[in-house]
Amino acid sequence: MNLLHYLRATEAIIGREVLRFLHQRGRFVSALVRPLVWLFIFAAGFRATLGIAVIPPYQTYILYEEYITPGLAGMILLFNGMQSSLSMVYDREMGSMRILLVSPLPRWYLLSSKLLASTCVSILQAYVFLGIAWLYEIRPPATGYIEVFPALLLAGLMLGALGMFLSSFIKQLENFAGVMNFVIFPMFFLSTALYPLWRLQESSPLLATLAEYNPFSQAVELIRHALYGQFNPYAFLYTLGAMLLFMALAIWGYNPSKGMMTRRGR
Amino acid sequence: MNPAALEVRHVSFAYGRKKALDDVSFIVPQGCCAILLGPNGAGKSTLFNLITRLFDSRSGHIQIAGFDNKSHSRQALAHMGVVFQQPTLDLDLTVEQNLRYHASLHGLGRRDATRRIATELERLQAIQYLKTKVRALSGGYRRRVEIARALLHRPALLLLDEPTVGLDIPSRMALVSHVHHLAAEGIGILWATHLIDEVEASDELIVLHRGRIRATGIVTDVIHRLQVTGLGEAFEALTTEAT
Repeated sequence: MNLLHYLRATEAIIGREVLRFLHQRGRFVSALVRPLVWLFIFAAGFRATLGIAVIPPYQTYILYEEYITPGLAGMILLFNGMQSSLSMVYDREMGSMRILLVSPLPRWYLLSSKLLASTCVSILQAYVFLGIAWLYEIRPPATGYIEVFPALLLAGLMLGALGMFLSSFIKQLENFAGVMNFVIFPMFFLSTALYPLWRLQESSPLLATLAEYNPFSQAVELIRHALYGQFNPYAFLYTLGAMLLFMALAIWGYNPSKGMMTRRGR
Repeated sequence: MNPAALEVRHVSFAYGRKKALDDVSFIVPQGCCAILLGPNGAGKSTLFNLITRLFDSRSGHIQIAGFDNKSHSRQALAHMGVVFQQPTLDLDLTVEQNLRYHASLHGLGRRDATRRIATELERLQAIQYLKTKVRALSGGYRRRVEIARALLHRPALLLLDEPTVGLDIPSRMALVSHVHHLAAEGIGILWATHLIDEVEASDELIVLHRGRIRATGIVTDVIHRLQVTGLGEAFEALTTEAT
């Protein structure tokens, strides 16, 4: 078991995930359609209703489309993270996850590599979306496209780790609908992806508080600031903390002697 | 003296209050083809999940090539190849891509992996499908690829969990014959099945029923001991008697 073995395994896991993604063109298109519908249709319809004040990181008044673009990039990471957890439940039922788990490497390492692999695919989609948004005249500073990379990586890892943790105790594929209803939608709508916190505060202080503590909000703010060349330390630390917590829970969930997997047997 | 390919000692396991395995012990020496025979629900899959560490047993010990699968799990897993009951190949990838993925998980370098993939596929007469997508292969060839994959890292133990399910007779026969060749080369085999026609007279037999070992030994010896005429009768006697 040397370092080369670890690196080869990670490279293989990432390579397989990317190959699978490229072979599933329908998945690629559908992953892009969702945020584009929000950008082209929803944002156009609500442009007048949801006026935006000047808030960091923006220097001036902006169009609603520009406001929601980082949130929609976050939406890609969120849905992809959950899609990846769905595929893990499927893989576990169908067997290919077993091949990974019976490899002679520490389980935490295999799961981290799997998480990194699915995040790479999410980031690829997020960049394609940002490219389309650029054609739609949503143009953050050019350097923002580079600076947003670590933010997308951290946010993707955090959301993927959450999905991985959830997948460890979803016994059947059919239960995934529950994840959609109880995790993805509340997380997305109760965040700053579609409306700023101050706007939510005006309607309901409780909802605003919940949105503020929602890790997805902090991930979106991290992406938003990075895309405009700014660093948001609070959002960074919050997202990092959530990522470490979810990852620890996922590793626990997949540990045969401690986690959820063993609750089926003694 | 070489350690046994697999040693299972006093292993028990339960799903809640339902006991799935009760004090199971047996040994698979290197070069031995052991058939784990049992009806559906006997506990075969549970035992496989414990050997592969997908489940964790609270009692008993399992050693693979001399390595305890709890305290030295990585060494134990490195010496084991598995073919699960469910197909585990990625249908959208080619045979080569599937095998390279597995080779990398076991730490094989590119050159070594290329050599090993060619060797195993040639032995299984499937080399012509190297660049073919798995989706385009028949069930029999998919199983051959899975066996090739399990052997890439030269394991001391090969676990086969009902690998012939869904295969036609020629494919089943070819698989049975290949696995016996592997045993002759020195690999320890544990083949779980409920089909008695897959068992050869010289195989080591482990009969599992309702989570307990009912009989172990060479097939002919078990038949002789039970004073019956064939394996079918022996199997019936062992699994009916206990009900």
